[in-house]
Amino acid sequence: MSVPVLEMKEISKSFYGTQVLKNVSLTVGKGEIHCLVGENGAGKSTLMNILFGMPVIINTGGFEGSIFINGEQMAFDSPRAAIDAGIGMVHQEFMLLPGFSVTENVKLNREVTKRNLFSAVFGKKMETLNRRQMAQDTRSALDRLGMSIDEWVPVAGLPVGYLQFVEIAREIDKENLQLLVLDEPTAVLTESEAEQFLGVIQRLARSGISILFITHRLDEVMAVADRITILKDGELVSSGPREDYTISQIAELMVGRKIDTQARKQRSSSPAKQEVVLEIRDLRVDMPGERLRGIDLDVYRGEILGIGGLAGHGKVGLANGIMGLYPSQGRVLYEGQEVPLNDTKAALRMGLAFVSEDRRGVGLVLEDTIANNIVLTSMQSQDKFLKPGLLKLKDERKIREHALESIEKFDIRCTGPEQIVRRLSGGNQQKVCLARAFTQEPKLLFVSEPTRGIDVGAKSRVLELIVQLNEMGVTVVFTSSELAELRSIADRIAIVYEGRLAGILPPDAPDVQYGLLMAGKSLEEVGAR
Amino acid sequence: MKEQLLKIYHGFGLPRLIIAGFLLLLIIIAAGTDLSVPGLLSDALVRIGQNGIYVLAMVPSIQAGVGLNFGLPVGVICGIVGALVAMEFSMLGFGGFLVAVLIAIPLAVGAGFLYALLLNRVTGQEMMVGTYVGFSVVAGMCIFWLLAPFRNPAMIWPVGGQGLRTTLTLADTFGGVLNNFLAFEIFGLTVPTGLLLFYGLMLFLVWLFFKTKAGVAMEVVGRNPRFAAASGLSLNKYRTLGIIMSTVLAAIGYVTYAQSFGFVQLYNGPLMTAFPAVAGVLIGGASTREAKVRHAVLGVVLFQTLLTVAMPVTNQLIEGNISEIARVVVSNGMILYALTRATGGEQA
Amino acid sequence: MNQVKRLVARNAVPLLFAVVCLLGVYFAKMPGQFLLMEIVNRVARNSFLVLSLIIPVAAGMGLNFGIVLGALAGQIALILATHWEWAGTGGFLLTALMATPLAVLFGFLAGTLLNKAKGREMITGMVMGFFANGLYQFVFLFLVGTLIPFDNPRLRISTGPGLRNTIDLFRLKGALDGLWQIQAGLFVRIPVVTFLVIAALAVAIWAFFRTKLGQEFRAIGQDRHIAGVAGINVDRNRILAIIFSTVLAAWGQLIFLQNIGTLNTYNSHEQVGTFAIAALLIGGASVTKATIAQALTGTLLFHLLFAVSPRAGQTIFGSAQVGEYFRVFVAYGIIAISLALHAWQTRSAAKARLEEDASA
Repeated sequence: MSVPVLEMKEISKSFYGTQVLKNVSLTVGKGEIHCLVGENGAGKSTLMNILFGMPVIINTGGFEGSIFINGEQMAFDSPRAAIDAGIGMVHQEFMLLPGFSVTENVKLNREVTKRNLFSAVFGKKMETLNRRQMAQDTRSALDRLGMSIDEWVPVAGLPVGYLQFVEIAREIDKENLQLLVLDEPTAVLTESEAEQFLGVIQRLARSGISILFITHRLDEVMAVADRITILKDGELVSSGPREDYTISQIAELMVGRKIDTQARKQRSSSPAKQEVVLEIRDLRVDMPGERLRGIDLDVYRGEILGIGGLAGHGKVGLANGIMGLYPSQGRVLYEGQEVPLNDTKAALRMGLAFVSEDRRGVGLVLEDTIANNIVLTSMQSQDKFLKPGLLKLKDERKIREHALESIEKFDIRCTGPEQIVRRLSGGNQQKVCLARAFTQEPKLLFVSEPTRGIDVGAKSRVLELIVQLNEMGVTVVFTSSELAELRSIADRIAIVYEGRLAGILPPDAPDVQYGLLMAGKSLEEVGAR
Repeated sequence: MKEQLLKIYHGFGLPRLIIAGFLLLLIIIAAGTDLSVPGLLSDALVRIGQNGIYVLAMVPSIQAGVGLNFGLPVGVICGIVGALVAMEFSMLGFGGFLVAVLIAIPLAVGAGFLYALLLNRVTGQEMMVGTYVGFSVVAGMCIFWLLAPFRNPAMIWPVGGQGLRTTLTLADTFGGVLNNFLAFEIFGLTVPTGLLLFYGLMLFLVWLFFKTKAGVAMEVVGRNPRFAAASGLSLNKYRTLGIIMSTVLAAIGYVTYAQSFGFVQLYNGPLMTAFPAVAGVLIGGASTREAKVRHAVLGVVLFQTLLTVAMPVTNQLIEGNISEIARVVVSNGMILYALTRATGGEQA
Repeated sequence: MNQVKRLVARNAVPLLFAVVCLLGVYFAKMPGQFLLMEIVNRVARNSFLVLSLIIPVAAGMGLNFGIVLGALAGQIALILATHWEWAGTGGFLLTALMATPLAVLFGFLAGTLLNKAKGREMITGMVMGFFANGLYQFVFLFLVGTLIPFDNPRLRISTGPGLRNTIDLFRLKGALDGLWQIQAGLFVRIPVVTFLVIAALAVAIWAFFRTKLGQEFRAIGQDRHIAGVAGINVDRNRILAIIFSTVLAAWGQLIFLQNIGTLNTYNSHEQVGTFAIAALLIGGASVTKATIAQALTGTLLFHLLFAVSPRAGQTIFGSAQVGEYFRVFVAYGIIAISLALHAWQTRSAAKARLEEDASA
């Protein structure tokens, strides 16, 4: 067997004390299509940033482990170095300048130039562009991809699907290209474009270029991969030739974890099965990256309903839509009353509360105190914690008392209610979020990704708190990417696939059924009860 | 002991320590010369009261997330119109001051509302747009001053019978009404009691506002708009409120300033009013994203005392009037420092 | 028909100002020769300064309010040149040569500072101009004659430290303009060499954007992040763009002052940024796009407006003052409107992009 094009050995990386990659190794052979799959936050992007020598890695103290290109050890300290070594990257967001033509983009910073009078004095940078040669090179790259677009057309006017090909044209125009990294390239493509795209990849691979392909679409993985590597929580879960896997196995490996690591939390009460408290009909939510395309769902009084699914399929869009944070349409009834959509204030007034998946961006005012964070929403939407009178002055004493009470009840580790929330650990910040929601005395609580980015001990504590709230009579809709977590506390688990409801499973359903639902199979195919 | 000192140091901040130290040095030098230190401090007190409300006007706009209000002249112009109307009808004393303020406030509410409509559409570029809106308004009003229908002969050019004069004296209307109210002298130090009381009242009102539900909401909108939206707050409503408050304070600030200064300066007079005010609040320890009433107070005290004391003291050392240049260098230097330090503009 | 419509829409700003100018010309009732003389003069002395703004716009740094620093560099060189009694065209070239390293230094400092204020370049540039102006006054009003020994009685105030308020540049007056003038009619003299220099700069800028470095600037101007990922050294190029602009502004200020013939030591530079930027914008440029044609058209229109507005004010309102205030109002107003439009468009573009993402 020949020397692999890329070998990454025992890569570890932490950001500010949080370990995001643990001993990950990866090998890509010549002309091989290697698929890298994993949920959001599994460490794929970090791994690619390391490979590419991105400043974000260098500036946070580098990484552990080693990288070999063609058997030779490399230390990339800049993207430039990685490019020079023959690595090309097509980013998730397009790295194209809209005002430049296709040629100018393909040749960006690799322009062909010719000398002139000034360049003789002031150096190479003052050389004139050789536009004809640039266009010729671009033409031949486009031809290799089977693209017929004009090489001088401005990128701004091109359909989204074409942009991907321009990006690839730019990479293959680099003469020394050996390895092409594609970061979720098909996310924005239509089905037929994606098909064409996969064909192009296979053609490239046959011409000897190795491909490292990051994607969420598991059917694509099965269609083109030679080898598959699965990451979860910064660790390598499994790696091997495609023949060794089925689609549902991959899905299971991506989200599942051995169930015994998180024992099911004890619940004293059991929900009233039949009383529907929240009725969702044909809800569509326009949340970028997490779009919901029409979902029907009933929530029962007193239950914990889990919402799961792979990233990008719209599971977090549900709560955000009902709470009015993203434009939505459809029909939502709470206790028989219509919840006005796109009106956060109304939703809050009806007794709904929301703990956002974006803790630092939406969930907290980082520069404010714990006490204020806990009471702000209630004060503004319910007129609590105000002194009587026209001025509506805030009642500092009441706020402090309530904050002290919450700190104790939610076990928030802090120096006092006046501490700035930014200084708290992630777990304690999350507890503040829960305390804020609880202060609203909601009858129905949406909690999204409450354990993301917090350490193991705090995770378990946060889950216990959710159960406690539920036992106090709050109905909970609990969204999480961690299947194990959902299964540890939810009564039912709804799986969302491509913006629609794939099915609802009991927490003790076998892993394989979850895997299949997440991969787009229906309940009947899964064979569930 | 050491920890306490450190705590004071962090609370106060290095730039303020340097300025305070420099100020102390100047006062010591002044004491060594034949300058009257109480006289200098009296002047400083007047200038603090005179400029304090301008600096205070920065607080609501920063807290509402709009940033430093470089469009201060929008409000100042309203104050000028108020003062001119009071003068046109020759209203004297407190009555004149009050009428000027009462006319200025509704004008400033209207102007502030329009200004807010604009700023809410240019989020991210409020400072630059504000600066040039302020400049444009001042320049546009220059034409108005020339053509305005004022008839009081004390105000218009003696020749031609039209157009307001560049500088109008308030000596025979309401000049000094606040400064002289209950003013007293102690150890050679003249205290402009009325001026300071009025300034104190404004401080109290703004401070009180931020204790109310609406004030808290405004702060939340400024600190984290996304959190505010998730709590059901309307961002534009509170931004608008912040801008209107800032504009109204600028208008009241102008009338206060003019009665203390004794003159109304028209035409290009108000062009650069925003800059010392912006610098003042920054010197007090505010940033482009966070400003408290105490920053406004500390800033105006440090900055105005520095300018008052620096002029005569440096005059003893070097010839010529350095005060104006010191004002330009210190205020713009401070603004530059804040602009290049803050990381607000690059948020995704 | 449609084509005409599009042409009008694309050039709405300059067309609008052309109409305003024509009205002004009509009401001013100035003798044609006199008006022409004014225009030729003003365009000759201002075009270079306006052109100096183009490169930073292309590099995505917006309107360079910091060209005041370049003007200061030019003036410092000019003060020294007057002190050493340099004269004529040779003296002028020598002065330009002396201004260059100063401008490079100022540009370097300004660029470094602006790199710390990405996204806020314009306000920072403006405040930087005020700040530099304060330092300049401090040096030439106080330090000269006290800490800096300087005794030239033609430059110094006799009663104290500091330089005179106005300095007569008689040795350098017309050093460029006077080289070759074509008399047209009674009053109009066209300074051919000055116009040649302006043309040369226009060609140079045009050629520059066809070089590798020019391409890098344009790339950075569109998207700093993407340019950086492509391996372009963003920060260094941004500093270079500001240096170019500052040096050109220094030369531009020299051309301006040799035409005027006197240096207002403490005021000549104050409005350089505002007026040059207003001229550029009136030509139809924006914060993100400025062409040579826009700079030249804008200079012509803006200065036509400047020339006619006092007299037009006199006829319409019976006051030349109104006209003078009007032109300043136009200068500030056009900047305010352009900045607001720019911010508005960026915001709606960002919104549109989000919506597009969501519907994809």
